[in-house]
Amino acid sequence: MTATSPFPHRHLLSIAALAPWEIRFLLDEAEQWIALNRAATRKHDGRLAGLTQINAFFENSTRTLLSFEIAGKRLGADVVNMHAAQSSVKKGETLIDTAVTLNAMHADVIVIRHQSSGAVRLIADKVDCPVLNAGDGRHEHPTQALLDALTIRTRRGTLEGLVVVICGDILHSRVARSNMLCLTSLGAQVRVVAPPTLMPAGIERFSVEPFHDFNSALKDADVVMMLRLQNERMDGVFIPSAREFHMLYGLTPERLALAKPDALVMHPGPMNRGVEILSGVADDPVRSAITQQVELGVAMRMACLDVLTRGARGVPGWA
Amino acid sequence: MGVIAFTNARLCDPAAEDLRDGVLLVREGRIAEINPRSIPADAERIDAGGLIVAPGIVDLGVFKTDKPAFHFGGITRAALMPDKSPVLDDPGLVQHAARAGKPDFWVHPLAAATRGLAGVELAELAMMKAAGARGVATGRRWIGNSGVMLRVMAYAAALDLMVITHAEDEGLVAQAVATDGETATRLGLASAPSCAEAIAIARDIALARVTGARLHVRLVTTAAGFDLIRAAKAEGLSVTCGVSPAYLFLNDVAVSDFRTFARLSPPLRSEADRLACITAIADGTVDVITSSHDPRGPEDKRLPFADAAPGMAGAETLLALSLNLVRDGHLTMPGLMRLLSANPARLLGLDAGSLAPGAPADLIFIDPDTPWQVDSAKMAAAAGNTPFNRLPVQGRVRRVMKGGIFY
Repeated sequence: MTATSPFPHRHLLSIAALAPWEIRFLLDEAEQWIALNRAATRKHDGRLAGLTQINAFFENSTRTLLSFEIAGKRLGADVVNMHAAQSSVKKGETLIDTAVTLNAMHADVIVIRHQSSGAVRLIADKVDCPVLNAGDGRHEHPTQALLDALTIRTRRGTLEGLVVVICGDILHSRVARSNMLCLTSLGAQVRVVAPPTLMPAGIERFSVEPFHDFNSALKDADVVMMLRLQNERMDGVFIPSAREFHMLYGLTPERLALAKPDALVMHPGPMNRGVEILSGVADDPVRSAITQQVELGVAMRMACLDVLTRGARGVPGWA
Repeated sequence: MGVIAFTNARLCDPAAEDLRDGVLLVREGRIAEINPRSIPADAERIDAGGLIVAPGIVDLGVFKTDKPAFHFGGITRAALMPDKSPVLDDPGLVQHAARAGKPDFWVHPLAAATRGLAGVELAELAMMKAAGARGVATGRRWIGNSGVMLRVMAYAAALDLMVITHAEDEGLVAQAVATDGETATRLGLASAPSCAEAIAIARDIALARVTGARLHVRLVTTAAGFDLIRAAKAEGLSVTCGVSPAYLFLNDVAVSDFRTFARLSPPLRSEADRLACITAIADGTVDVITSSHDPRGPEDKRLPFADAAPGMAGAETLLALSLNLVRDGHLTMPGLMRLLSANPARLLGLDAGSLAPGAPADLIFIDPDTPWQVDSAKMAAAAGNTPFNRLPVQGRVRRVMKGGIFY
């Protein structure tokens, strides 16, 4: 890839590594796939034909894996899924060995999810093809942030100047980290809301405004992004109970009324209905963008797969 | 062995205020005299070439007997931490470890404070002392149960064994692999507040006050931790502490990009705490500089950050990095050798770390100015896991003498 390429990166490992114009370039690239994905028949483009895409998921996932699989197949790639049980690939050289093995299969693009922060980068350093981070520990989940930005941009036209509230388990959330970086990079004003036990140290260094009180954070909000609260964190270690969390941080119609009248509701899924979000809000046909996030996620991932393989495919200007 | 006269030497006696030029006379493996009136006729004359001649480094707290690295670094004796496999909680194992380096290198094992370092049952401290243990250590972990720690310290006090602790409150640290702060949050690493150290030190000082035990905190890395040590010393308690060069010259930003070579225990701290470590060196709060040598191969380090083992190979860089403290004016050369040699020897009860007549001729010949570059691919250590890779440094050991013999 030349220095003049609009996306001079071999891998997509983090939002932190991207400049604002590179993020916008990826979002622009995704636009073309939205219509194709909505076509009644033949949702197909053959540009990745003959390329092998391996989805190596070391951590369980349903929707992200499905989204990447559909994205690859619609572009014509041969998609293979590798479900690596957590227990079998926990230790030592195994992870590096797995990377070497994947590389020896001559994959053309590898999509990786792993439960440890930094693990995807470790593998990316050992393989010859582009690597897409589909979530590493609590570090980053870049395609989720990109699809969230695409959803907001599709609904609002721009992110510039919007007030986006991210609420929930910020401490353990890679979605929150990637979104804080992506949204602030695109000019949004980001507020993060969490109980003190789920707020990471040094959060103010992300150029976001931290809140413990959800109600005050919601004032003038254009977007309310709820995060999933993991079941294992509800048991009294980080918060006393799911119902107390709901009382303080659950998104209810009454709370949503504190935001702007047309505020969007988002959630990366899967939702804990009745904990962080009530069905009345999640299913609101006007305000909720949750299913649209899933829809645009495929387009966003198609764009990432396309852009990252251009060099290998010999696309003029990308070789 | 006979008599050796080192001429043209810059003698670094830790007990002195400054270097002095002159002649060092060694007889039958021991220091005989500094600047004798005349050099005996039967003496073998060796021109030291203007190098600094100092007592060999005594490294208080290493995790492996790694002779090539120690030889490169001018370390002639080391106190071996009990975190071995099997754990040094048995007199036989202690005796075996004590013999491992001789004759050119002496290992002084530290007895595990509790069986298997599990922090529950007292280990056979008196039997291990008889087998050669020079102190009692809690290993890489703090003993969380204060009742157990009270008994360890009371028992060790009666045996006049120093208790060497690792200062991190275990409830706060739990799964943490970094210090709370921007870097840990950006990388998505589990982290703990740095006060985990002060909490641990405060408790152990309180127990030292009750039991009268000699307490040595192997690595102190935070401003709050040093404040507690200072106060304990002012109170007259027998409390001492150490630090390693990593905490003097790196802060938590070094773990950026998930660099597992910078994954240490305790974890690297903020810049403010790094500066507090330098201050504590300069004002005399720090008693010991240790390499905390812990060579780890790719099977332990080429892993996702949180899965990688903590620790660094520090023996080779210990002296060169510490010399920065002299160049920056924080210490004199003899002052540095007090921290690297005389103080650890005294704490361990060793006849070493001195140029006084009668002391064993464990000598290192230091060229303080030679520049070289740290290269993790070409280290003498069992593994090259140094966070200082590619760093240009100055100063190295040219020759090492142990007990009057060059090795």
